[in-house]
Amino acid sequence: MPVERVDPELVEFDVRTDEMLINMGPQHPSTHGVLRLVLRTDGEVVSSAAPHIGYLHRCAEKIGENVSPRQWIPYTDRMDYLAGMNMNLGWAMTVEKLMDLEVSEKTRHLRVIVCELNRIASHLVAAGTYGLDLGSFTPFLYCFREREKILNLFEAVCGARLTYSYIAPGGLIADLPPGWLEACERCLGELQAVVPELHAMLTSNEIFIRRTAGVGVLSPEMAIDYGCSGPVLRGSGVKWDLRRDGQPPVARMYEDYRFEVIAQVDGSYPRDQEYPPVPPEAVVGDCWHRFYVRMLEVVQSIGLVRQAIEHYRRSAGPVSEPIKITQKLPRGEAYLETEAPKGQMGFLVVGDGTAIPWRVRARSSCFCNLSVLTEISRGCLLADIPAILGSLDIVLGEIDR
Amino acid sequence: MEVGLILDKLKQRFGERILGADLEAADPSIEIAPAALAEVARILRDDPPLRFDYLHCITGVDYVQPDAKKAKSFPWEVHFELLYHLSSMAHRHRLVLRIKLPRWQGGVEGQLPEVPTVSHLWRTADWHEREVFDLSGVRFAGHPDLRRILCPEDWQGHPLRKDYKTAEEYHGIRTR
Repeated sequence: MPVERVDPELVEFDVRTDEMLINMGPQHPSTHGVLRLVLRTDGEVVSSAAPHIGYLHRCAEKIGENVSPRQWIPYTDRMDYLAGMNMNLGWAMTVEKLMDLEVSEKTRHLRVIVCELNRIASHLVAAGTYGLDLGSFTPFLYCFREREKILNLFEAVCGARLTYSYIAPGGLIADLPPGWLEACERCLGELQAVVPELHAMLTSNEIFIRRTAGVGVLSPEMAIDYGCSGPVLRGSGVKWDLRRDGQPPVARMYEDYRFEVIAQVDGSYPRDQEYPPVPPEAVVGDCWHRFYVRMLEVVQSIGLVRQAIEHYRRSAGPVSEPIKITQKLPRGEAYLETEAPKGQMGFLVVGDGTAIPWRVRARSSCFCNLSVLTEISRGCLLADIPAILGSLDIVLGEIDR
Repeated sequence: MEVGLILDKLKQRFGERILGADLEAADPSIEIAPAALAEVARILRDDPPLRFDYLHCITGVDYVQPDAKKAKSFPWEVHFELLYHLSSMAHRHRLVLRIKLPRWQGGVEGQLPEVPTVSHLWRTADWHEREVFDLSGVRFAGHPDLRRILCPEDWQGHPLRKDYKTAEEYHGIRTR
């Protein structure tokens, strides 16, 4: 009996994939912590990705209502635990704003030194783990080797490698130990030498470009609408950096520093440093650009630390002492956002005249940056999800607080 | 634009629904009637000279002293407050919107107070309103998906309320 032949096109038409729900996380290496994503997929195509958060909620705000501002500093370390200095700074400056405190010049420049170093360390983790997400293991080792040197510097200055509690409302817990600045300068020199290697392994790597360019495109309007900030916002071509555009206390901190806000405007990035060219496949606002902004910020921060060291050497007098635990807060409110490595970290403090704040609030940058995930991952491939998520550079400790 | 001028502009348009302002504070604020929130917010976002395109944060603050001994020296009247921190990237000005609510709708304990949502104006508000609902207990009328975000879905109570009492146990797990 002759076999009946079926037109292959008809067969294709007949085979339809079912919609499938895939649960990704909360324990999944590329969710960067305890994040759960519920993916609705049609074959390889993701039709929706819904983040579920809260697994790391530690009631930070409620605790803040029961301890004094000085005692809450260690809790801020544990929000973005990859950038403890910047978290300390945000809270310290908010309390200073409420109390109308000024810190000495030396304190200000020392704060810039440690915060920019911490920014470099945070971006190195972002770059290294992003390589891991995309299947490239080597850059991770390079990044962590360099980050280790920064952590050694921090250990020398405050005894801790991750949760520093170094910057406190009113000042700093200690001045630098002898010989620290020279060690820091050596470290910066070594860092600067590694950046071209990272560019070779990631930024201009053919596979990396194919995995990231044109993936997860976030328009500038949408970025602003969702309250995105930091490299996620600047990766979309919005020239906005609180170190330049922030409220007076934040902008004043950086007022005698020379730096360009890193974002692609009118088709080009600021030309104040050497960097590899933008590949033709990349679109402003895609994963590649978000990564690129971070890499350029590493070099920018190296420059800022160098300037800060000069300023620090020139400023006389001691560093300011932090406030006492029993220090009473004035009645009133203060809200301040600082430019943390991952975006704009905001703190609100409501004082009632006692030493314990009536209310504290932490506005997390990653919280807003993550909320845009559903929007930019619609219609992407399943394998693009780690690429998009990694490019947002989230830390769940800060999202869940 | 100065907050004083913004206040004049809003007063012209909304009259008595603008309840007051604090222009001397470190973060100048304007207080508006809860029911007018969505309309005022739309003008703040869309009016070209205002153009508040960036919503930073929504905060709920509970003003009540549950401790009877300390209640006598409590410096505020008992109420609930919502703060909206807004700014404009285009014009580089900032504003705090303040909304005062009763702690419970109609004074009935357990009935959450209600305000209109602004999640259709700033998408930031989507998750922030969910967080305020979850932790502080305010209902945002018109929110597309108002459910808990940080606490588990079956959690009881709103932890950032000052009179919140932690349950003894959660699914057989002791909480203290």
